[in-house]
Amino acid sequence: MEKSTTAPPVSFFQRIIRGRWIGKFMLAAISILVTVGIAFKASQSPALFFQQLINGLQLGFVYALIALGYTMVYGIVRLINFAHGDVFMVGAFVSYFAIANFQLHAWPSAVIPEINPVISLVIGTISVIFLAMATCGFLAVTIERVAYKPLRDAPRISALITAIGVSFFLEYFGALPFVFTSNFITYKRPFEVTTWYIQNGIHHLEAGVEAPTGSVLFSNILIIIIIISLLLLASLQFIVRRTKVGKAMRAVSYDKPTARLMGINVDGIISVTFAIGAALAGAAGVLYATAYPQVVFWMGITPGLKAFVAAVLGGIGSIPGALVGSLIMGQAEVLSAGYISTPMRDAIAFTILILVLLVRPTGIFGEPEREKA
Amino acid sequence: MNLKANRSTIGFIGVSLLIIVFVQVLISVGVLSAFWATLISIGAVMGIVSLGLNLIYGFNGQFSLGQWGFYAIGAYTAADVTYRWSQEHSASGLVIVSLVVLLVGGSFLLIRYMLSRIRGLDPLSAFSLYLIGVVIAGFLAVKIGQFIINPVTAMFNILPASLAMQIIFFLAVLLAGALAAEVSFIFGMPVLTLGSDYFGIATLGFTIIVKVLLDNSDVLLGFEEMKGARGMVGIPKLTSWLWVSLFLLAVVIVTRNLLHSSNGRAMISVREDEIAAKAMGIDLAQQKTLTFVLGSFFAGLAGALYAHINGFLHPNTFNFIKSFDPMIIIVFGGLGSVTGTVMAAFAWALVLEGVLRLVLPTGFETWRFVVYPVLLLIMMLLRPKGLFGAFEFPFLRQVLPPLRKSQGSAATTPKPTIAEGD
Repeated sequence: MEKSTTAPPVSFFQRIIRGRWIGKFMLAAISILVTVGIAFKASQSPALFFQQLINGLQLGFVYALIALGYTMVYGIVRLINFAHGDVFMVGAFVSYFAIANFQLHAWPSAVIPEINPVISLVIGTISVIFLAMATCGFLAVTIERVAYKPLRDAPRISALITAIGVSFFLEYFGALPFVFTSNFITYKRPFEVTTWYIQNGIHHLEAGVEAPTGSVLFSNILIIIIIISLLLLASLQFIVRRTKVGKAMRAVSYDKPTARLMGINVDGIISVTFAIGAALAGAAGVLYATAYPQVVFWMGITPGLKAFVAAVLGGIGSIPGALVGSLIMGQAEVLSAGYISTPMRDAIAFTILILVLLVRPTGIFGEPEREKA
Repeated sequence: MNLKANRSTIGFIGVSLLIIVFVQVLISVGVLSAFWATLISIGAVMGIVSLGLNLIYGFNGQFSLGQWGFYAIGAYTAADVTYRWSQEHSASGLVIVSLVVLLVGGSFLLIRYMLSRIRGLDPLSAFSLYLIGVVIAGFLAVKIGQFIINPVTAMFNILPASLAMQIIFFLAVLLAGALAAEVSFIFGMPVLTLGSDYFGIATLGFTIIVKVLLDNSDVLLGFEEMKGARGMVGIPKLTSWLWVSLFLLAVVIVTRNLLHSSNGRAMISVREDEIAAKAMGIDLAQQKTLTFVLGSFFAGLAGALYAHINGFLHPNTFNFIKSFDPMIIIVFGGLGSVTGTVMAAFAWALVLEGVLRLVLPTGFETWRFVVYPVLLLIMMLLRPKGLFGAFEFPFLRQVLPPLRKSQGSAATTPKPTIAEGD
């Protein structure tokens, strides 16, 4: 008998099935529908659309700072640190008390009265942020030492449950009347808000004056958030890529036992990771409270969750992924609030996450899961 | 039939029934106040949810945080059915929900049969096809339902009012479970292909999506009576200790029998090692889906029972933070332990809501959630394997299948040598 050398003919249906075209077609249809819908709405009023983009940018950078903590901790100990959002809350409260009770944002002018007020404000604001970062870093290291370290060899679920417990503890301990109280507190900004509008050039918007219709507003808060976030991101990238600690962190995240054999203090590096992540969350807490001036003991839950989603979306464990995921999340949130439905924006964020995970199971920048022997 | 197994079966069911009757007597006599009776019922409800989650996570190793979403679906479905009967005297809820469940289930079977001929269809494509089936079936169910609401209402009106109510309640609970199971089937199909942590995150997302939908159930979904974020009121309080405990007993027995079957062993082998299980010829996707659907069915049942305890439902009950409660319970009880799960569920409900409220002095009620995490932490440090560890009642204990006679004798007893025989 003669052996046929040609492959059997592939039918049209088989091609559809092998190419996974039905699922791809569905996803493409959804995304095209949404894009066309938003583009149509945007063409009706471009100013509103750009306004939304700017709001989304502001939100996205704050999320990025929180998401980095999730992504670093997950990358190094494979723990979803649910207490991270509450560390962010503590950062916001610390800065609130520092500003409202101790006037920390004005200390340079209190020490040297003849100093330039602008320089005083800049130094004061930076010291408020540093205080929040330091407190959060210290808090996170304490949490790590007390709650997570004893469970390092236990099943991962134990550490996860402990993380949830710590999250509860921070929230409800903060809600006690002598700690943060369970009330909404109006946040006192360290600096005054100045707003500009863009319409044939950039103009300053006087207080109490309506912006002309069809203009795009932005404030100094946006600029400050972007500058501080980019500075922190750059320094984080520097720490992780260029310093010995960063090298050790990468080694520990890659393979813990081998890193230990190479003489790396694994526990110390894990603590440092927690501290850096929490410090970023503390800075995010200050910036978030400045942008949306209200603090309450459960304020960390929603931003924490969004940032976590952003970290997963970008590929958990990846630092650029966290930034990209957060920017996407910020835009998705404001666009869905602006054009689809405000109450549905959390659901839309998660729908995007699930759809992205279906196409790329480890997120946009995620590496495929390594098989461990 | 193995006599020993039989004895433990009778013993277990007998003891369970005795306990159920004993608690019922305590409640009827008034030794247990309404407060404690409610707490015990909530404990049983949590037991059912957690048993479902234990199937998914403890026995099959799928880290799911979506249990609470299915619980919510069950609660609101059953509440809507009984609400429409008790407040509006119409069986519309019952008719529509049962038609949706039947037609969607039928469409699933049909599509499954058609897809079984196609090899190598990826989950996302299968999901799209099933989704089309769901939309068509749901549309048909609503259209057909319009015609039979009135006859069914008339039929139930013939029965005595309280009996009709109880029958509708029972059907509502089962339908709620079935609906949750169908939702879990279609949601699980693409999502179960994700890796363990990503599956957890996707299911967490499911819980949040359900919660947000419930927050807007009156505006977006068009269910006026659910009242969205204001909370659904006017649900008849039908869940009694007897209903809950009998459902719990049934769920325990179903779980036990499943775990003792070949499906149960396949399920556990998937948890132990997916690659080895696959090599043994186990269909991973099918096992995972089966477990997920069954676990969600239990969640739906529990939700339906919960809805009728207080007669009030609020979307905040189904917040994602609360979705960790069943997870905490199964870890406390010991992953993969049926006894532990049920015990831990009761202990959780009684301690958290009951004892902590009573123990803490007045003015310190807000400390409840400060004490709880500390207890959690201590527990995790001291008993990481769960309260009961590997303990199981004899009836629930998993026995390895007895070796066959020929194998058994070959493996255990040495063969008599020929020299001795001669």
